[in-house]
Amino acid sequence: MAIGIQQTALQESSTLAIGEINKYDFRTNSTAIFKARKGIDPEIVSQISEMKKEPVWMRDFRLKSLEIFNSKPMPNWGGHIGVNFQDIFYYLKPTEQQGKTWDEVPEEIKKTFERLGIPEAERKYLSGVKAQFESEVVYGSLQEDLAKKGVIFTDTDTALREHPELLRQYFATIIPSTDNKFAALNSAVWSGGSFIYVPKGVKIDFPLQAYFRINAESMGQFERTLIIVDEGAQVHYVEGCTAPMYTTESLHSAVVEIVVKKHARCRYTTIQNWANNIYNLVTKRAVAYEGATMEWIDGNLGSHLTMKYPSVYMVEPGARGEILSIAFSSAGQHQDAGAKLVHAAPNTYGRIVSKSISKNGGRSSYRGLVRVEPGAKKSRSSVVCDALILDDKSRSDTYPYIEIEEQDVTVGHEASVSKIGEEQLFYLKSRGLSEAEASTMIVSGFIEPLVKELPMEYAVEMNRLIELQMEGSVG
Amino acid sequence: MSVDSKEKLTVSGLHVAVNGQEILKGVDLEIGRGEIHALMGPNGSGKSTLGYAIMGHPSYEVTSGTIELVDADGTHHNVLEMEPDQRARAGIFLAFQRPMSIPGVRLADFLRHAVTNIRNPDRKEGQDLIPMREFRGDLKAKMAELEMDSDFARRYVNDGFSGGEMKRAEILQLAMLRPRFAVLDETDSGLDADAVRLASQSIAKIGGADMGILVITHHEQLLEHNIPHRTHVMLGGRIVESGGPELATELHKQGYERIRVAYPEAAAAEQAMTATV
Repeated sequence: MAIGIQQTALQESSTLAIGEINKYDFRTNSTAIFKARKGIDPEIVSQISEMKKEPVWMRDFRLKSLEIFNSKPMPNWGGHIGVNFQDIFYYLKPTEQQGKTWDEVPEEIKKTFERLGIPEAERKYLSGVKAQFESEVVYGSLQEDLAKKGVIFTDTDTALREHPELLRQYFATIIPSTDNKFAALNSAVWSGGSFIYVPKGVKIDFPLQAYFRINAESMGQFERTLIIVDEGAQVHYVEGCTAPMYTTESLHSAVVEIVVKKHARCRYTTIQNWANNIYNLVTKRAVAYEGATMEWIDGNLGSHLTMKYPSVYMVEPGARGEILSIAFSSAGQHQDAGAKLVHAAPNTYGRIVSKSISKNGGRSSYRGLVRVEPGAKKSRSSVVCDALILDDKSRSDTYPYIEIEEQDVTVGHEASVSKIGEEQLFYLKSRGLSEAEASTMIVSGFIEPLVKELPMEYAVEMNRLIELQMEGSVG
Repeated sequence: MSVDSKEKLTVSGLHVAVNGQEILKGVDLEIGRGEIHALMGPNGSGKSTLGYAIMGHPSYEVTSGTIELVDADGTHHNVLEMEPDQRARAGIFLAFQRPMSIPGVRLADFLRHAVTNIRNPDRKEGQDLIPMREFRGDLKAKMAELEMDSDFARRYVNDGFSGGEMKRAEILQLAMLRPRFAVLDETDSGLDADAVRLASQSIAKIGGADMGILVITHHEQLLEHNIPHRTHVMLGGRIVESGGPELATELHKQGYERIRVAYPEAAAAEQAMTATV
């Protein structure tokens, strides 16, 4: 509930107009003036493109995508999407010099950051205070190193200006506008997101994090991320943060496209904790070529409704796709999360591990697809989804879809639903743990197999976040 | 009310039912701090039920009687009003016959929480745990004392443990939590003779003058290093006879026939209870 309060507090404490509150768009050198209005139509879409001084092809792509968006029906699965598309700001102008200060950040948020143990610099970044200056100092040398190796790591708008050829080559090739209604919407109005290009054979041995980006137009509602890992290269990208994200708009619809070339590796880690009013409708897809490995690690907390199914298309022999996901839903929250593996070549290997926790009336659904195309011989796929339900008010569903058009394959599916056992609770309580501590401990243990895959600081944050969720003081 | 100044755990006229069936039919027991009591009796006589009732298992309903903790200054605490975690913080411990596994939770992390709460009984959730360095040092020392491999603490609580490992983990917890009163429920079951001897030695090291222990056992070996001040025999949900260490030896050698003959009413109750189980 605290998130809701934070949001109100933020709105009240800010002197900026609503359209300018997007903390993620803080840029000090922006002088552009753009009067946003609500709603979506060709004029707005063209304005966005003009604002960004985009090439004509991108503007045309946006306009075409808008048509597709208008023609597509709403998804007929998952939850009810109660969004009025004409009542949303689709482009929030980067905030100007009148920056917020740390003192203006609501106390609730500061406390949450503190309890999550988020480093000072990162807290400021997350709350929209001018962290870019600090990140410039801290991460400047890091950026230099990357640049020497030919790595491009920037926001997608900048990439479009500075690397148009790469954008033109890959943009929307993995997730075309026609993929689904929300991919089309993102294609029409996208802004921000990360662009990463890792050249052949370059292995980056530390996780790249969104807040390394200097002077970036950072995350927004419709961010668009594109990652290209060239042959034999390696990258781990970490996006988002476990701190509660608050935005003034109720719709978040991102698109993430990843190309993992021959024998390359990519791991993409996201932990997101949205405010309770958010519809979080995200399309994430990777294509893995010969001998390449793609791993998604996806943690979803908060939001009113999340629909997100990271997928890996294994299109050449020996490709591997792995998706680990954690969903935590509490009162008023529905996580319709899952994964998708498409085996389109022989000897491909896929694995899905999904863990969901439902508490206090929350609903978690696992929705997953494993598809094996004809000719994808000797492919192996395994799906394990475990649900933990903490009380009788909460709900968990499993929707596994398996489509196999090849005989010579191995596909396994295991699902379990469990409740926290009275005997486990009693055991822990008999050692002096309160009921809440005992439940938290059981939940932490339940997700431990996934948490240990996270970078250290994220694992720590994730555990603290689960503690807070279990206390009921956040979310 | 008690007039002496001994710290003790007292059980009086305790009746306990599980799923509406009465298991304990009036149990009286007084364990002073620093004393060792052995509780023996045939299977199904209610020994484990007494342990669960003392610890406060929610399925074990106390229909009448009292359980009290008495401090050295004579203050009485009504244990039945406490939640299991409050009982633990008040200094009561139960070594489980079949401890639960908690997958994904490392024994060391679990113990650090437990130790923190028991050393600071008034700690609220979310407050700091005891410092890692202090805890680690303590854990390491205790594990060395019990001849345990330090890797053991990194394993998930009872997850995939052998019977013997579970019992050793319970003994480690006993050592770390240092309760005032401990019920050891068949801490020897499922162990071979060497392991029982080791357990017996370990308990003797941990116990001593500041711990009152109720040892539930079928065997004498566990008592080898823990000579009981009192031995109690439970039959049909009652303690029918109490004696010194020689009683444990007798029961171990000769079984419960004499007891059954001597207490026909309890023997009948035992028959009725085992018939419905």
